[in-house]
Amino acid sequence: MAAALQTINVSKTFTHVKALDAVSIEVEKQSIFGLLGPNGAGKTTLIRIINMITAMDEGQVLLNGHPVTQDDIRHIGYLPEERGLYKKMKVGEQAVYLARLKGLSKQEALKHLKVWFEKFEITSWWNKKVEELSKGMQQKVQFIVTVLHNPKLLIFDEPFSGFDPINVNILKEEILKLRDEGATIIFSTHNMASVEELCDHIALINNSKLILSGEIHDIKQRFKSNIFEVVYRSPKDLLLDKPAFEVIERQNKNGERLAKIRINETANANELLKNVLPQAEVVSFREILPSVNDIFIQEVEKSSNNK
Amino acid sequence: MNKIGLIIQREYLTRVKKKSFIIMSILGPVLIAAMIILPALLSEWSQGEKKRVAVLDETGLFMGKFKNQDNLEFYPVYNDLNSEKETALYQRGDLLLYIPLTQLSLPTKAQLFSTKQPGLNVTVYIKSVMKNVIENEKLKAEGIDPEVIKSAKAQIDLATIRVDESGKEKKSFTEVEVGLAIFAGILIYFFIFMFGAQVLKGVMEEKQNRIVEVIISSVKPFQLMMGKIVGIALVGLTQFMLWILLTGFFLILFQTSAGSDFKESFSTLTEQNQMMSPGTADTTTIDSQKLAMVSEIINSIDLKAMVFSFIFYFLGGYLLYASLFAAIGGAVDHDADTQQFMLPVSIPLIFSVMMSSAIVNQPDSGMAFWLSMIPFTSPVTMMMRIPFGVPYWEIGLSAALLILGFIGTTWLAGKIYRTGILMYGQKVNYAVMWKWLRQRG
Repeated sequence: MAAALQTINVSKTFTHVKALDAVSIEVEKQSIFGLLGPNGAGKTTLIRIINMITAMDEGQVLLNGHPVTQDDIRHIGYLPEERGLYKKMKVGEQAVYLARLKGLSKQEALKHLKVWFEKFEITSWWNKKVEELSKGMQQKVQFIVTVLHNPKLLIFDEPFSGFDPINVNILKEEILKLRDEGATIIFSTHNMASVEELCDHIALINNSKLILSGEIHDIKQRFKSNIFEVVYRSPKDLLLDKPAFEVIERQNKNGERLAKIRINETANANELLKNVLPQAEVVSFREILPSVNDIFIQEVEKSSNNK
Repeated sequence: MNKIGLIIQREYLTRVKKKSFIIMSILGPVLIAAMIILPALLSEWSQGEKKRVAVLDETGLFMGKFKNQDNLEFYPVYNDLNSEKETALYQRGDLLLYIPLTQLSLPTKAQLFSTKQPGLNVTVYIKSVMKNVIENEKLKAEGIDPEVIKSAKAQIDLATIRVDESGKEKKSFTEVEVGLAIFAGILIYFFIFMFGAQVLKGVMEEKQNRIVEVIISSVKPFQLMMGKIVGIALVGLTQFMLWILLTGFFLILFQTSAGSDFKESFSTLTEQNQMMSPGTADTTTIDSQKLAMVSEIINSIDLKAMVFSFIFYFLGGYLLYASLFAAIGGAVDHDADTQQFMLPVSIPLIFSVMMSSAIVNQPDSGMAFWLSMIPFTSPVTMMMRIPFGVPYWEIGLSAALLILGFIGTTWLAGKIYRTGILMYGQKVNYAVMWKWLRQRG
């Protein structure tokens, strides 16, 4: 099965700055793909190239296995990072206009908008002018307009910026729901917590280069450093065999003790447990996987230093 | 509905529903109607009161020379100045004209006493009568019969008659044509700028608040640009039609409500104008003759052709300039940056207005011909020439060139707009635009 979206060696140079250097990503159907990277890495440029807003210098963008065309673009739901609406137009009128530009009939637009406005509890805004709304409120309207025509591919550039935590959660739920209903979703973000919760795949771009990509679970496995956390009850600290096990952090609270232990290549988790069990009552035992945040910082710093 | 139609609809409706549009649509015709009505109305007000003038003529030369006018009545008095001041001026509240006796020369000085400021029509009339009388007296003193002079005076009525190709003759009226030519030219200039500026503003608004990225993912940049240009053109046409209809409506409304009063004051106004022009012509003009002339003037101008050519040249000129304005709006990031591009684009238009007096003086000169052929100046210049009559082949050629012109600028503008509208933070100059122009795809 062809990927929903594929970029092959996409490159772009602005006047003197290399914005993208042979970036290849692959987005599976009905998955959520997170595009990460520090500011100015080239995320938005990539998104704009996919949307054919910016022309690429080299490379290819394939949609379901075929080179992307202007007609395909009309079926993509795209929420740009810098978003605007006509300030003097009324919210409802504007939503209907944008929906009709996407090809919905007036009746369809009204029907779908009613559902979404109720879902987001903003029905009372219908006759307000956009300039009367706060920035976050405007973004809700824009999100609705983006997903209204049920596009198969959704691209959100920084969808959570400007939202309060409650609305971020509402948005996350809707994004997950959209995926479950069959949509493929790409979003760029700095919000790492949302990446962990939502993404099936991620790609990390730094300085115009793709430095990491893959399934989020695989990546975490790849970056794990064999650290386990043991919470136990015992009057005294654990004594472990060296050099197989190395305690890197100890805590003691509420009568429970916690130790973070790195296991060296020669040993494994079972041996660690064998070591622990005679000494203490184990409350919990788990492997600590690196957070996306940790991986992000580690990799970005590494690639920047290599330069 | 197709997408460009949707864009046109939005551009049109949001503008037509604006308060400023509604105000302009009503205010414009009110002002135009006022320009037509007010002079007549003012003269009526100024003459509303009947004034009586007591004439104390010590010379006796002017007996019976002052004729009663519509709002002016003359009567002779014979007492001395002080007692007449008492009776005529203070008691009756009339004006007092005092012509003192002179010993040697003819009287050329007089005094007009008044408790209030006398109207201009009063002083002008008195002066013109006195001048006539004194001139006649001087002629007599030299032994020349004023009647001889009068018969020797000739009033030249030069009728300019235009002969068209088929040999049909038509009386033309240059003054009316000049007025109409300048008015039409300026109106075209005004409309092109006003609605061209709206295109510029609209494009910049879309670029600045970045809604353009959302819309470009639904429609082609060219569709968005054309939708905006056509939508605003329709707004302009609507405004023009409203102006014509409402001006006519206001004029009719005024005429029916003011009724015969208006016509009367209108005719006295024209009579007065003749009186003010130093007294050569006979002041007794017959109203009906005048009316016939007015209707002849109106008939001599092909109003229908004027309106149609106005609409054509407005649309052509507007499309030409609006697409350039759209390109500018798409290329720049900030309002301040528009200036450097606006000026070179608007220079031809401003130039054609600056040349208006030269064109009106010689509507068939080589310069007028070429200016009315070049698409950038032809809308204003051709509108100025049309009231004087322009051969059909010239109009046809100019129209064809204008159509080619706006197709050309729209094509150019489309290329600049397409790239510029999505480009932020780049310092735009002509070299950059040239690069965008040559970009393919």
